Amino acid sequence: MLTSYKEIASNGLWKQNPGVVQLLGLCPTLAVTTTAVNGLSLGLATALVMAAANGAVSPVRTFIPSEIRVPVFILVIAALVTVIDLSINAFAHPLHKVLGIFIPLIVVNCIVLARVESFAAKNAPTPSIVDGFSMGLGLALVLGLLGAMREIVGKGTLFSGLDLAFGPGAKQFILTVIPDYHGFLLAVLPPGAFLGLGSLIALRNWIEMRKAAKQSAGVTSPLSAVSH
Amino acid sequence: MRLPEIKSALFRNALRTAAIMLAFAFIGTLLLASVFDVTRAPIEASEKAARLSLFKEILPAENYDNDLLASQVTIAPNALLGNRLPSIANVAKQQQQTAGVILEAIAHDGYSGDIKLLIAIRADGSISGVRVLAHKETPGLGDYIDIAHGNWIKLFDNESLEKTAAEQWQVKKDGGQYDYMVGATITPRAVVKAVKQALQFYQQNKQTLFAVNP
Repeated sequence: MLTSYKEIASNGLWKQNPGVVQLLGLCPTLAVTTTAVNGLSLGLATALVMAAANGAVSPVRTFIPSEIRVPVFILVIAALVTVIDLSINAFAHPLHKVLGIFIPLIVVNCIVLARVESFAAKNAPTPSIVDGFSMGLGLALVLGLLGAMREIVGKGTLFSGLDLAFGPGAKQFILTVIPDYHGFLLAVLPPGAFLGLGSLIALRNWIEMRKAAKQSAGVTSPLSAVSH
Repeated sequence: MRLPEIKSALFRNALRTAAIMLAFAFIGTLLLASVFDVTRAPIEASEKAARLSLFKEILPAENYDNDLLASQVTIAPNALLGNRLPSIANVAKQQQQTAGVILEAIAHDGYSGDIKLLIAIRADGSISGVRVLAHKETPGLGDYIDIAHGNWIKLFDNESLEKTAAEQWQVKKDGGQYDYMVGATITPRAVVKAVKQALQFYQQNKQTLFAVNP
């Protein structure tokens, strides 16, 4: 199977986006996206795990008997997630306090196993790493966008909590989008996650439909020029 | 192939599969062990730093000169503090004299789940500061007890059992002096009660706490 890197990347970021097309791994998507920083951080951690898991499985894919491939995959993923969990705890401790319980849950995020099983187990290491990372990045973008939406509507700020990841110096980058805002609780609570994700899916579908409409218009216009 | 041959082929295959699984488990364990070893010191250091900066918020550093984290006393489960497991109190000393105590208290009567509090009490029995360590109160409603969502918790600063009469240690709705947000009375009620009881605990156990000499 030979796919160009460009195609792999566009699959992950747009065509097969895990967040708004495949709808895999909704648990963290909905739970963690109360702010842009939270969403983006967990998304990037997931992308790292996916790239590493794909990269770890692909070189040894021929040695893994198919009967035990799922336990082996899970073992690899669990080990990598724990490594990332420990690293975040050690080097971005405040962020770990916020994301704490969600990081171990990356193990059971089905998108990770899905990419290992459907891509890394069949492809060479480099494309596998690219696939894992672009799928993860696609998810991270959705999580970041959803987090930003919920944060702006719910709290009137953007990038609050940036100091948790980058130290107190990053506080100056926190934007107050709506000054003197009293907050809109619904956006921060779980229903807000569903509504926000629904809007994002709708937005993506709308863009796709417009693109399709344009393409068919592009096909018909020369014909109509002839008929005139 | 005869039956015994098939059997031994199956057996070999099973062994091989198990060996591969074992190899992956071994590599995974090795990886985890080494990462754990590398990250252990930074994790401990950042946990300590986080704890110390929280301590500094409620008990300013100029109030003590000892190693607050090392100066610990274990407190057995106590009804006033609400701890069902032994908890740790940190004793602050200034020139060998007890300057204050940082207690952990747990309120079990919050709106949803336990509310964990950290309470710094000066040697004279007045409160230096209170912070909520963990809670599961309704976001946007009961969570104003958390410093991240409001300054309500600062109402306790400089309060003491001498300054405020026992019947005033309640939310205004119950006839006390503490403000609350309409619609979320249970949460502050639980916190006020927990802080009051922590002060009572301090009064009763002052001598044992003062005797700590690390």
